[in-house]
Amino acid sequence: MQTKKFLKTRHLMLCSFLFITACIENAPLDSLSPAGPYARTIDDLFWLTFWIAVVIFFIVQGALLFSVFYFKDSPDKPEPKQIHGNNFLEILWTIIPVIILASIAVPTVRTIFDLAREPEDALKIEVIGHQWWFEYKYPDFEITTANVLVIPEDTPIRLEMWSNDVLHNYWVPKLNGKRYLVPGQKTYLNLHADNAEEFWAQCGEYCGLSHSKMRGRVLSLSQSDFDSWVINQQKNAANDLDQNSLAYEGQQVYLNAGCTQCHVIDGVWDVQGEQIAPNLTHFGIRNVFAGAALKNNSENLTKWLANPAQIKPGTFMPNLELTEREIKALIEYLGTLK
Amino acid sequence: MTKIIEPKKQRNIFSRPSSETGVWSWITTVDHKRIGIMYGYAAFFFLLVGGLEALLLRIQLSQPDNNFLSAAEYNAMFTMHGTTMIFLAIMPISAAFFNYLLPLQIGARDVAFPRLNALSFWIFVAGGLFLYSTFLFGTAGAPEGGYLDEEVSRLASAPNGGWFGYQPNAGLRYSPGTAMDYWAIGLQILGIASLVSAFNFITTILNMRTKGMRLMRMPVFTWMTFAVSFLLAFSLPIIAIALFFVTFDRQFGTTFFLTEGGGDPVLWQHLFWLFGHPEVYILILPAFGIVSEVLPTFSRKPLFGYPAIVFAGFGIAFIGFGVWAHHMFASAISPVAQAGFGLSTMIIAVPTGVKIFNWLGTIWGGKLTLNTPMLFALGFIGMFVIGGLSGVTHSVVPADTQQTDTYYIVAHFHYVLFGGALFGIFSGLYFWFPKVWGRMYNETMGKIHFWLMLIGFNVTFGPMHWLGLQGQVRRTWVYAEETNLGFWNLIVTIGAFILAVAILVFMANWIYSRRKGEKAPFDPWDARTIEWSIPSPTPVWNFSKAPEIKSLDDFWHQKYGEDEDGRAVRREGTDELLLKLEEEGLNPDEEIHLPSPSYFPLILAFGLPFLGYAVIYKSIPLALIGVILLLIGGFGWGTEPLEEEFETSEETPDAKESSTYE
Repeated sequence: MQTKKFLKTRHLMLCSFLFITACIENAPLDSLSPAGPYARTIDDLFWLTFWIAVVIFFIVQGALLFSVFYFKDSPDKPEPKQIHGNNFLEILWTIIPVIILASIAVPTVRTIFDLAREPEDALKIEVIGHQWWFEYKYPDFEITTANVLVIPEDTPIRLEMWSNDVLHNYWVPKLNGKRYLVPGQKTYLNLHADNAEEFWAQCGEYCGLSHSKMRGRVLSLSQSDFDSWVINQQKNAANDLDQNSLAYEGQQVYLNAGCTQCHVIDGVWDVQGEQIAPNLTHFGIRNVFAGAALKNNSENLTKWLANPAQIKPGTFMPNLELTEREIKALIEYLGTLK
Repeated sequence: MTKIIEPKKQRNIFSRPSSETGVWSWITTVDHKRIGIMYGYAAFFFLLVGGLEALLLRIQLSQPDNNFLSAAEYNAMFTMHGTTMIFLAIMPISAAFFNYLLPLQIGARDVAFPRLNALSFWIFVAGGLFLYSTFLFGTAGAPEGGYLDEEVSRLASAPNGGWFGYQPNAGLRYSPGTAMDYWAIGLQILGIASLVSAFNFITTILNMRTKGMRLMRMPVFTWMTFAVSFLLAFSLPIIAIALFFVTFDRQFGTTFFLTEGGGDPVLWQHLFWLFGHPEVYILILPAFGIVSEVLPTFSRKPLFGYPAIVFAGFGIAFIGFGVWAHHMFASAISPVAQAGFGLSTMIIAVPTGVKIFNWLGTIWGGKLTLNTPMLFALGFIGMFVIGGLSGVTHSVVPADTQQTDTYYIVAHFHYVLFGGALFGIFSGLYFWFPKVWGRMYNETMGKIHFWLMLIGFNVTFGPMHWLGLQGQVRRTWVYAEETNLGFWNLIVTIGAFILAVAILVFMANWIYSRRKGEKAPFDPWDARTIEWSIPSPTPVWNFSKAPEIKSLDDFWHQKYGEDEDGRAVRREGTDELLLKLEEEGLNPDEEIHLPSPSYFPLILAFGLPFLGYAVIYKSIPLALIGVILLLIGGFGWGTEPLEEEFETSEETPDAKESSTYE
């Protein structure tokens, strides 16, 4: 807590220092508000570099401005001395920057290797990039989900990542730096959240039309909440809906309108089509959808189902030309998938 | 009496063109000064286009979830903004300076290969037009299997894979249509232009220096031209090969960068940045050269640490080839590579720092004239230092993994390339304006331009540091309202429009001063290098007789000596010397042989776009047109008479007029 307070003060100092009101309250993607050890290590390194840079900034700009005001031409000023250079100074301003840079280089290199090391007893999760959403698989628990990465608090997480199509870049600013998702090879990233909290994620690398809408959430839960989340995720969706209910009608839309070509609902339709789309088995408990670009509510779902490409240009989800009634039923059904 | 030699007016098919005024004289010119001026205007045109694209981007981002542009349009605009500013604006504006000034600074009549020089210019024009013809003919769309809600507009029918063209997104499957082919082939053509001029400048500097112009007496701008030419010569082949791979992948089904065929998308990143990082220095070193001329002139002191600045420039150019992977710290590279490239990136800060300290040493203790070129040069130092310092934060790899692909990076490289390169270029445009046009620019308007630009620049790019650190990702068409980034984005957009006004002031000044500006004396700044020892505007023949160089800053030392305190003292007889120089400069007393104009560089250059279209549309007739143009250009070039028979005419006071380009 003490450190956090200190960090916050430092953050505020910086704001008043440069832009007065530049700091944005509640920026969910703020890389300067670390919420875990990895992000904090990076943050410390950044501030070290930053303050060194600030000192150099003032020295150089100060010398520049001083020269401009002090050596400005005025009528009675004599011609200047013709100084061609000074070898001592040349050596000095070569050596001093080298020493300063070395003092940054040592912690930098150490941190690079620290961050890359696989933590012991880490929970392994696979992250697969798709245009334009992130898929998550928990090999230990045989869980497949999308958009919202659920992790236990205060536990090291090891992400094993690749892409299904183009380059993507996984970024949860409050937990760690970015790492690319590359087709055909695996990359790794560690996460670790101090507390139970929700974080934002965003694809960092330009990945086509809807790159800006390739977002995500990371939900850190207490260990017990996480355990019950796992148990719930491992359950199949119910397949015994009341045949007179609207939800049942929605399930029929799901089965017959074409959704099953890409979307799986465990226990209802298990065959993954060629084009992979988010697994919908527990859609109802995810608070966002469509690459986390939209909040999960019936208004947004209606817009999305009516015309996905209007929300996410280039999307692989076709406009199925559903009727209003079908959309309503489908939303009802999706809401039951808890 | 002056003797000017003119080609005989006897026409045959291989006669060289003879127009001296009018459009044809410009189209067929091989005069380095005219080519420089044309480079400048063409590049400035593209600078305006690129700026317009930036304004569209900024309007779109002025508020969260905006719908001013569609996603497809936005992606095309940021791709074209980057590509245009780098390849069609800053590089050719630098080429304009190289062309105009290099022969003047080394006391030469022209570059080593005047027709080759015309060829680079026309290939640049052909490449630029080819790339921009994508707005007329190009097609783009959703990735294979994806859906779009609306028709792809003309504005969106431009390359949309980013100026960096990361694979496989820029490949055929994810970027269908022809737009990315226009990009790959367009850059290929533009690369030829730069390569050709690089070899021309290297040869010119090595062989055409006037008597006594030893290497270590060359002006720093010439040195930086030399360094940039080597950078171009070594880095462009890399991107040329990589672009061929892309074109092959897209057109002929190879899989250099496609995982499903055993290719590797990360390989493209390595090749692109192996070119792309030296490219950064290609963009900034000319500005280093310009301010190294401007600062000593208006400080009335020699450049502090001339050898250090020269060697630091080459140090930067050399190390610049060893830092490319710092563009890829978040990509698939090992911690060892991260550490290595992090360290090399830190090392390159050292020679850059040496330059900055030497510039400060130059103005320290000087007698500063704060006119427009000097203000821009000082602004350059101030802004470039900010860009340099934020650059050092990128070498801290873990911190860079937070900052990369955010607006923090956008802020950084605009501080380097706009606050750096472009401020340097504006400084040079004002500084040499009198030499080129023989008139003075308007100082008041110049100063208004500077202050508007300095303010607009910082309002635009300063807050981007914050936006990036607080999570705004680059190349994003929209950002969510919940990110709370809207306010500062609006400020940034306002800044962009201040910049637009600044550019309008510059244009007004330019147009006004070109026509109505005061007549410029030939040495308005009491300058240091020999291009100021000849009349303004520069006569077609540059120097009436080859100057002999006795020291660095030769012209200054002809005018000034030093007293026992080491202060500059104007030599006796300097006024007479200047009068004599002007008289001599206008009236050459020997026969001057100037290279004859030629049609063929133009013809050859315009064969290339046809070959480009032929590849895209798999069209044999277009290929034939291209090949025929290349053949006519090449054969004509080779067979046109090298020397016309000359007749000597007794020339008259008209000589002065023929030296202006009205």
